Amino acid sequence: MSNAAVTAATSSRATAADKSALARLGEAFVGRLVILIPYLWLVFFFLVPFVIVFKISLSQTAIAIPPYTPVLGFGDGLAGFFAQLNELSIDNYTWLTQDALYVNAYVTSVIVAAISTVLTLLVGYPIAYGMARAPAMLRPTLLMLVILPFWTSFLIRVYAWIGILKPEGLLNQLLLATGVVSQPLIILNTYTAIFIGIVYSYLPFMVLPLYSSLEKMDYSLIEAAKDLGCPPTSAFWKITFPLSLPGVIAGCLLVFIPAVGEFVIPDLLGGSQTLMIGKTLWNEFFANRDWPVSSAVAVILLLLLIVPIMLFQRAQARAQEQDK
Amino acid sequence: MKSLGSIRRDFAPWNDPNAKPYIQFDKVTKKFGDFTAVNNLSLTIFEREFFALLGASGCGKSTLLRMLAGFEEPTAGRILLDGQDLRGIPPYRRPVNMMFQSYALFPHMTVENNIAFGLKQDGMPKPEIAARVGEMLKLVKLEQFAKRKPHQLSGGQRQRVALARSVAKRPKVLLLDEPLGALDKKLREETQFELMDLQQSLGLTFVVVTHDQEEAMTMADRIAIIDKGEVMQVATPAEVYEAPGSRFVAGFVGNVNMFEGKIAHGEAGAASIDAGNGITIRTEHAGDAATGAAVAFAIRPEKIRISSTRPAGAVNAIEGEVYDIAYLGDMTVYHVRLDDGQVVRASTMNAARITEDPLSWNDRAWVSFRPDAGVVLTR
Repeated sequence: MSNAAVTAATSSRATAADKSALARLGEAFVGRLVILIPYLWLVFFFLVPFVIVFKISLSQTAIAIPPYTPVLGFGDGLAGFFAQLNELSIDNYTWLTQDALYVNAYVTSVIVAAISTVLTLLVGYPIAYGMARAPAMLRPTLLMLVILPFWTSFLIRVYAWIGILKPEGLLNQLLLATGVVSQPLIILNTYTAIFIGIVYSYLPFMVLPLYSSLEKMDYSLIEAAKDLGCPPTSAFWKITFPLSLPGVIAGCLLVFIPAVGEFVIPDLLGGSQTLMIGKTLWNEFFANRDWPVSSAVAVILLLLLIVPIMLFQRAQARAQEQDK
Repeated sequence: MKSLGSIRRDFAPWNDPNAKPYIQFDKVTKKFGDFTAVNNLSLTIFEREFFALLGASGCGKSTLLRMLAGFEEPTAGRILLDGQDLRGIPPYRRPVNMMFQSYALFPHMTVENNIAFGLKQDGMPKPEIAARVGEMLKLVKLEQFAKRKPHQLSGGQRQRVALARSVAKRPKVLLLDEPLGALDKKLREETQFELMDLQQSLGLTFVVVTHDQEEAMTMADRIAIIDKGEVMQVATPAEVYEAPGSRFVAGFVGNVNMFEGKIAHGEAGAASIDAGNGITIRTEHAGDAATGAAVAFAIRPEKIRISSTRPAGAVNAIEGEVYDIAYLGDMTVYHVRLDDGQVVRASTMNAARITEDPLSWNDRAWVSFRPDAGVVLTR
């Protein structure tokens, strides 16, 4: 984002060179304003809520409204405010490390999300590849088909999978009728059902970035590889796949991040046997009404996701810098 | 008329009836749906030849190259390379390499790895690959750029990498698709000569596709002029220019003045052409046209003399009016409107710094040419 800001600023400076000072000032102001909007958005809708959640995570649960203490305020003056700050503690975080339930839930969530991401990639890559190689006339239609499921409520689509996967559901009826199995398969309320749900729901997030990186790839590169003696499969691994890596990474992040915290799919398809952090968070918040602990769970989840992404982005930026 | 040979005097296998053809297009047709890109085309290319396929865009020349590389299969007909029918052989098993118009350098690999790509595919031992890559880098003078990525190079350097990559495997035939199309004029001229030197030193057969006639004329031993998927003429650059086989070829290669008319009187090696409006052209080149045949008389601008008075003893001289003069530095181009309205283009080399016979707009002028200066075209 800062890169874009710099280019925007330089280009506006260059074009404004021969304009009046007033017009230049106005343009600079508009330029700043445009950059300001996303920052303000992030501050109000990400940073402020995060600070609130973080503060709650340091509080203690209480039978009150709101259900935690202390509630920060200036009712007792500045001294009272600082006294309230002193009551904050990291007890909830220590608690999370002591109870195996939370650690297990985190680890399971990351593993489930990772497996789902790989599965989504395996399903999504051929789709994106096929779309990118389809005749140019057909591509907008195919793109539309990928986006089409979003027009139906996410919840309804996940519910629909219950009807397909349950023991007497459509899938089992089909398999029994065709004689593939003699006993109905137990898929619902297992991790398999969660994988199916996540792969199905998040597929467009994988396909779209993959498609955009595959589509802009010059097909003559593949021809050049073949021309130099490379059979098609080998050309795919040596040329197509490495060049689509930015799309692969973007798609994987777009699937992995929301999948780790996913609540609806494990709840509806995974049943009570499966343990994932999104469900744990929901239980802590709504069943136990323990706002501080659930806030701590949320903060840890965020760190768990953000830290690797930031490290990755820094590594990528450094690699790009070296390339120049 | 004297024979018009190739520039390499000792190299003319196409005149040798015993020479073995190296690449043969045998009645090749290629259709894309309803569109016929190549129509029943036959062509023979010899070993170590620098062969140019010249034509306007969409004439089918690139399709010919792509069929040779194996990216397209002919709808009908055969393509033979060194006696072997290429049908069904995939591009990665053909002993030909191609230099792509877009260069198609692998953006995620260094210059070195781009050049080594084909060698690694062949399973060449590592030390040999390193040696060959080093040799190729030296050949294209890019030694110090070995570790760079393509996007860190200039257009000319990229072109050299593409060239090095395509010759690294020592293919039997190198195919070049508009190899100089993306370079600016100066660089293009330099590179033309470098390509010729490279072809000579490596002893490879080059087939180049180009829409630039100057490029084809400069580099090629022979040129095939392609139009609408058919070969119009295959000949040395000098032949194509001085003895074009048809009105199309005469008009396509270089500038030409064309007089349509009828053979009024023909005899061995000479004819007079009645070009209408009282213009009679006497020529020593009548081809095989019979008396009364409708022909075109084609003459290049540099073979026409322009003067303010009728030159004494001129066989062919026509009067007109100067209506445009373009001074190009090395030469001046005059457009003379004849009394029947036809415009004749005449160019004069500016051998002296000050012209002795200055003509100006709207001056009456005479255009004259020798009887052996033009050609008679029947097609």
